[in-house]
Amino acid sequence: MMIQKTATSSLSLGRLKKVALLGLAISGLGLTAASQAQAQDTEVPGNIQWTIPFGVGGGTDVWARFFSPWLSEALPGEPTIMIDNVPGGGSINGANLFAVRAKSDGSNWLGTSASTQYPAMLDDPRVRYDYSDWTPILATPTGGVVYAQPDLGESADTALDALLEQPVKLAAQTPTGVELPVLIALDMLGADVQAVFGMRSRGEGRLAFERGEADIDFQTSSAYLSNVEPLVKAGKAVPLFSLGVLNDAGKIVRDPAFPELPTFNEVYKARHGEAPSGKAYEAFRKFFASGYALQKLIMVPKETPQALVDTYRQAARDFVHTEAFKKAAAAQLGPYTPVIGDVVQRHLDDAMSIDDATRDWLAEWLQSEHGAKI
Amino acid sequence: MLDILLSSLGQILTLSHLLFMVLGVLVGLVVGIIPGLGGIAGMSLLLPFLYGMEPTAALGMLMGLVAVIPTGDTFASVLLGIPGSSASQATVIDGFSLAKRGQAARALSSAFLCSMIGGVIGAVILTGIILIARPLVLSFSSSELFMLTLLGLSMVAVLSGRDLFKGLAACGLGLLVGAIGMAPATGEFRMNFGLDYLYDGVPLVVVGLGIFAIPEIVDLLVKRGAIAGESARLGKGWRQGIQDVGKNRGLVARCAAIGSLIGTIPGLAGSVVDWLTYGHAVQSAKDTSEFGKGDIRGVIAPESANNACACGAMVPTLLFGVPGSGSAAVFLGGLLLLGLQPGVGMIETHLDLTYTIIWSLALANILGAALCLVLARPVANLTRVPFATLAPLITVLIMFAAFQATRSAGDLIALGAVGVLGVLFKQANWSRPAFLIGFVLAPGAEGYFYQAVQFQGMDALQRPGVLIIGALILAAMFIPMLRSLWIKRRQAASVGATSTARTERPTLGVIDVVLFAALLGTAIVAWVDVADLSLIGGIMPRLAIAILALSCLMEIARCLMHRPQWQQQAMGLHGLWLAGFFTLVGAILLLGFITAATLFTLVFLLAIARLKPWVAVIMALGVTAFLMGMAEFLTLTYPSGLVDPWLFG
Repeated sequence: MMIQKTATSSLSLGRLKKVALLGLAISGLGLTAASQAQAQDTEVPGNIQWTIPFGVGGGTDVWARFFSPWLSEALPGEPTIMIDNVPGGGSINGANLFAVRAKSDGSNWLGTSASTQYPAMLDDPRVRYDYSDWTPILATPTGGVVYAQPDLGESADTALDALLEQPVKLAAQTPTGVELPVLIALDMLGADVQAVFGMRSRGEGRLAFERGEADIDFQTSSAYLSNVEPLVKAGKAVPLFSLGVLNDAGKIVRDPAFPELPTFNEVYKARHGEAPSGKAYEAFRKFFASGYALQKLIMVPKETPQALVDTYRQAARDFVHTEAFKKAAAAQLGPYTPVIGDVVQRHLDDAMSIDDATRDWLAEWLQSEHGAKI
Repeated sequence: MLDILLSSLGQILTLSHLLFMVLGVLVGLVVGIIPGLGGIAGMSLLLPFLYGMEPTAALGMLMGLVAVIPTGDTFASVLLGIPGSSASQATVIDGFSLAKRGQAARALSSAFLCSMIGGVIGAVILTGIILIARPLVLSFSSSELFMLTLLGLSMVAVLSGRDLFKGLAACGLGLLVGAIGMAPATGEFRMNFGLDYLYDGVPLVVVGLGIFAIPEIVDLLVKRGAIAGESARLGKGWRQGIQDVGKNRGLVARCAAIGSLIGTIPGLAGSVVDWLTYGHAVQSAKDTSEFGKGDIRGVIAPESANNACACGAMVPTLLFGVPGSGSAAVFLGGLLLLGLQPGVGMIETHLDLTYTIIWSLALANILGAALCLVLARPVANLTRVPFATLAPLITVLIMFAAFQATRSAGDLIALGAVGVLGVLFKQANWSRPAFLIGFVLAPGAEGYFYQAVQFQGMDALQRPGVLIIGALILAAMFIPMLRSLWIKRRQAASVGATSTARTERPTLGVIDVVLFAALLGTAIVAWVDVADLSLIGGIMPRLAIAILALSCLMEIARCLMHRPQWQQQAMGLHGLWLAGFFTLVGAILLLGFITAATLFTLVFLLAIARLKPWVAVIMALGVTAFLMGMAEFLTLTYPSGLVDPWLFG
């Protein structure tokens, strides 16, 4: 476990407390029972250990390092937030560890991402955590855009037509990776997508597109804005549709980052004459919600006192609407505002509760379309 | 254009920039010298301070760190035989052999001078090509990448020399171990035998330490004495090392160029460049008999390349946001924290920052290598210390390094397991580099092969890049063979027909027999395990098993056909030390790392090294202080066991 201090309060005292806290966490002498009993103890702890189940410098790590000074300053007493990277198993290891060890006195947070959510939804045998044991504080959404080589068609419409007539290749990470909803969406439109797996990041997938190996590709918003928009301007890529964003009522609407691009739902409706529905759409919607609308989450154990949870949520509300935050966040999060509190809980409950029929459909679809067993 | 170049030069020469860069260099040297930490730990040390910093100063600090990581790790690989990171694995082979001959200072000064020159050449090349690098990077598709991994694998043939089948078998085993974990094409899990630890595969650091460092420790303990077996005046070697670099100017330049070119290719970077340049050094040498036993060219080649490679790795990181190596990945995170999005913008709107990065790299390389050069002479004296005194410290250091790989008990156990293999290989003279090359290149070979087939199919064979690399591979395999045939023929012609009839007889010993049995057994177990994998998910492990089993069988057949020369291969004492190692692992897991390491050092120094009690106590306390200091400053954790939490919190 690597722990970094990202905000410094009283230094020596912080160190002392950190050592003590570490010892307690490691030795497994969780004083959970004791702290649960004292529910009236709702003071913000001086040290908050924020577990990030990914390596240093990865997307979720950078996300957490960006957030921690803002959170620390907005919380009463300005606690020290230490980021604790526990990588491995594509974030499953760290989340498993958190599920076993985390204390519910508000001093233990977890940062999760799509690759933490998806295995839980797919009943991966390695997963020993359950999202219903945790309470969300804040979620940051992202969007994404599907785009194609211009030789498929100069405009989105002609490219989509060509897409439905000939098989196309897309470079992806794993069958159950972040591209899953995109693969489902393209399949629903009627495209014959041959996914080439084994990319180690979305960036490698984009390289395959730029080399002309892949016919279509997909990037999340910030990577699209910095790396694909120049291609579009140079006539080397044609944007097809965005995934959209989830509004507070749980409906998929146009992405504020790409207001001129239709969403997948719009494209489907234009092509098929009706709104998408059925098991495939159910699967798309759930994986879109948990992987994009709630891409990254700050979670605490369910037994954390409600008053503390409210304090944390309020602190987040206090800064996310300030101009200073919006300016700083534009580069890190894209033009999206973090979602806070009960809305997250509602969307999360909806997304994670995937029924067995949908899961069975998904397993069969993955097997038949992409030769993958789950 | 010129004004941007000059303005970024002005930027890096400001006082604040220089100060932060020196800070980065110092941090980089410290984490580079301590094995197992490498760039990632250094970056995580600096990352918390980045957010809100002024970009040029912050970039200078990061570049200072990135530049010197492949420089600092040379100390451990040359002096102690510990490959601290993937950038120093080829250096260990000849570097440590030179240290054992008492020429540590020579190896070090050569290595550092090469690092400096390589880094500067890399930065110069980078300045020239950064503007036009996009098409270069894009010209390497999956099929060219696959061919490059094959070129790396063909170095096995170059390195294993006479014992080709043993080398191939070692490589096959490496490929098999490298295939443990998730199949890139289908996401299936292979050969994890129900162990959580194996789901992600075995970490490279653990394999590198186990295969190189442990056998050397055990061997030196059995032989007693100091690392530098032959007494030599250490100080003299320092100047000789500098002269060696001068004599091998061409090699340095070629390897630096290869390094920076390979570095620009995303996805391969550090893993092949060492072995490619090492193989190149062997191939281009007239007399290859000293390679592996302490040839300075075996140090010069990879060291010239790896700093240049770190420069080249900036191209895909900056231009495409696709990091070429572990530390580049963390550097990418740093860029994002500074609010800089990698991509075309880095040459269109932030060109000044890009040049700041490149020139900081050059400056940091010079600074870091100069510091190391000064340190080389005194530090080389370590090799004169009786090895029994160093052994407990090195053992603790190795375990410390291995445990940082995934921070699970599995790391220590895997380290021991690979260590056993390493000892067997070393004693029976099987090629350990061949095993490591197979291991390192297995994921790339599999992933890129699958991608090339899917994306390009048969068209891949018509790509000019594929054909060029294919020709290089053929040259690598056959030119040495033809050359030796030609030499033999000439000798035969001059000496007479008598000597040609003599074929070299294979050697055989107890350990060889044990290895044959164990490897064939492994092949059978693995074959059963991968039986129910899909075709695509299982093709790589099956291929590895086939290479492993066939080469073993061929070697056995060779032994049956030509009566082998029986070789005495003693193993008893080695086995005892290995058992001691596992006992120590057990003690660490039971008592906790700090407690067990302190007690082990104390007991070892008193009972085996027979030091004066007060010296032993001071050294043991030094171990405690080091481990606690590391835990505090780098916020690391160790196996806690039962005692550590009470003593050390």
